[in-house]
Amino acid sequence: MAMFKKVVVANRGAVAARVLRSLRALGLPSVAVYSEADANAPYLALAQEALCIGPAPARESYLNADKLLEVVRRTGADGLHPGYGFLSENAVFAAQVEATGARFIGPSPHWIEAMGHKTRARELAARHGMPVGLGSSVLAGDADAMLRTAQAIGYPVLVKPASGGGGIGMLPARSPQELLGAIERAASMAQRGFANAEVYLERLVDRPRHVEFQILGDRHGGLVHLHERDCSVQRRHQKLIEESPAPGLDRKVVGALADRIAGTLRSMGYDNIGTVEMLMGPDGEFSFLEMNTRLQVEHGVTEEVSGVDLVAAQVRSAAGERLADFLPASIPIRGHAIQARVYAEDPKRFFPSPGRLDVFVPPCDPEVRVECGYAQGQEVTPHYDPLLAKVIVHAASRDEAIERLMKALRAFRIEGVKNNIPALLEILAAPEFRAGNVHTGLLADVMNHPVRA
Amino acid sequence: MSKIEAKAEVTGSVWKILAVVGSRLEAGDTIMILESMKMEIPVMAEDGGTLLALSVAEGEAVREGQVVAVLED
Repeated sequence: MAMFKKVVVANRGAVAARVLRSLRALGLPSVAVYSEADANAPYLALAQEALCIGPAPARESYLNADKLLEVVRRTGADGLHPGYGFLSENAVFAAQVEATGARFIGPSPHWIEAMGHKTRARELAARHGMPVGLGSSVLAGDADAMLRTAQAIGYPVLVKPASGGGGIGMLPARSPQELLGAIERAASMAQRGFANAEVYLERLVDRPRHVEFQILGDRHGGLVHLHERDCSVQRRHQKLIEESPAPGLDRKVVGALADRIAGTLRSMGYDNIGTVEMLMGPDGEFSFLEMNTRLQVEHGVTEEVSGVDLVAAQVRSAAGERLADFLPASIPIRGHAIQARVYAEDPKRFFPSPGRLDVFVPPCDPEVRVECGYAQGQEVTPHYDPLLAKVIVHAASRDEAIERLMKALRAFRIEGVKNNIPALLEILAAPEFRAGNVHTGLLADVMNHPVRA
Repeated sequence: MSKIEAKAEVTGSVWKILAVVGSRLEAGDTIMILESMKMEIPVMAEDGGTLLALSVAEGEAVREGQVVAVLED
């Protein structure tokens, strides 16, 4: 297949801007879409065409497959990039795009399907020799059966949606007394978030580190890894601060694991972008969590340390190019990169804060990379996730990267909408973060015991 | 007996109403669940009481601070 003639970007905000930028760099005409709430969004100006796909609610716009397919047909596009979130991991949608004759820029639909169901993905990973933590398959049967399943794994457990992702809808249960209530609430969240109430259990690891591996494949059997990211700093199981490389780990061990994961996925024929997420326990043992078959929010830190434009690479791979033709033979890690997610939330309880961005002035340091979804004067509505911007820095060392990121966040002016920058600064200043002692409980530790640096 | 107003803690919309008007609620019971920016925020009865009235319906938009339910203890 030849390079694309026109690509629809089926997303909004910061990721739409990101993808449109790479399409422009590749010289590819692009089509942006927008809901009525995004009619004045800055990302629209980056595309050659922009089409309105419906009213503000996501279900009627960015999640509306029929509308998006209509855009493909009307514009004569031969490619569609789904961004992240929304329909990016919807195998049915990917297949529908392919059925129009256009190419879905991502892995083949069967990969999205295989990795989208979390227990089947765990089983697949285990069959191919990846370490997998203690867990169950989809919970079924009566309360007694579920209690027995939890008992076999051992408390504390984590109840998770089987069709889930993005850290949404996970609930801990530390004892049999807590289990059934947690399962009921998790199932209801799963139904709402993912239209599927199936849940499963995993052993809850104490203070784990979230370490994930960036994968890139092509349609000719080529596949490489682009090292790892540490995304341990989270609130409500959603990432807040991400970095590459992971601090304080034995590079030989991490490198060997990355090679092993890449080798496994290469032999399985994985054919586009993906991330393998692992948990590292206090004993240093890694276990497979899930695989995301899409571009990730934190992909920028990998781009900074590797020098590779992941979106462009994805597009080339989907167009049928071989990785060996456009990637260098060896891609070492250069320096250290950190990303902070600026959310429209109050910095104490992290509750959403919609409103009008009366002032929205990102830091203008040319060394700082800011991916923005909004411009000053825009409304931040309750209809979408709370991400306002991503601030990414790259420096020769981790300490320098932290300093540069803090300086950039302090310079970011936002008024009219509450934001989490004060919380981000607290974490970045915390001795535990500085020392690289990151884990998923770090935010709670820092917020409960703030240390004035 | 006094009236207690339950208020929305966020600007968003009413996702699900769980309590029935006229029913007796215990402290900590969830009256309704609001939704905003993909987060679910329960509105709970702080103290026990009878649910006198709901001032919103499912799907309706709410503003932070808006009274969404009235209870009587």
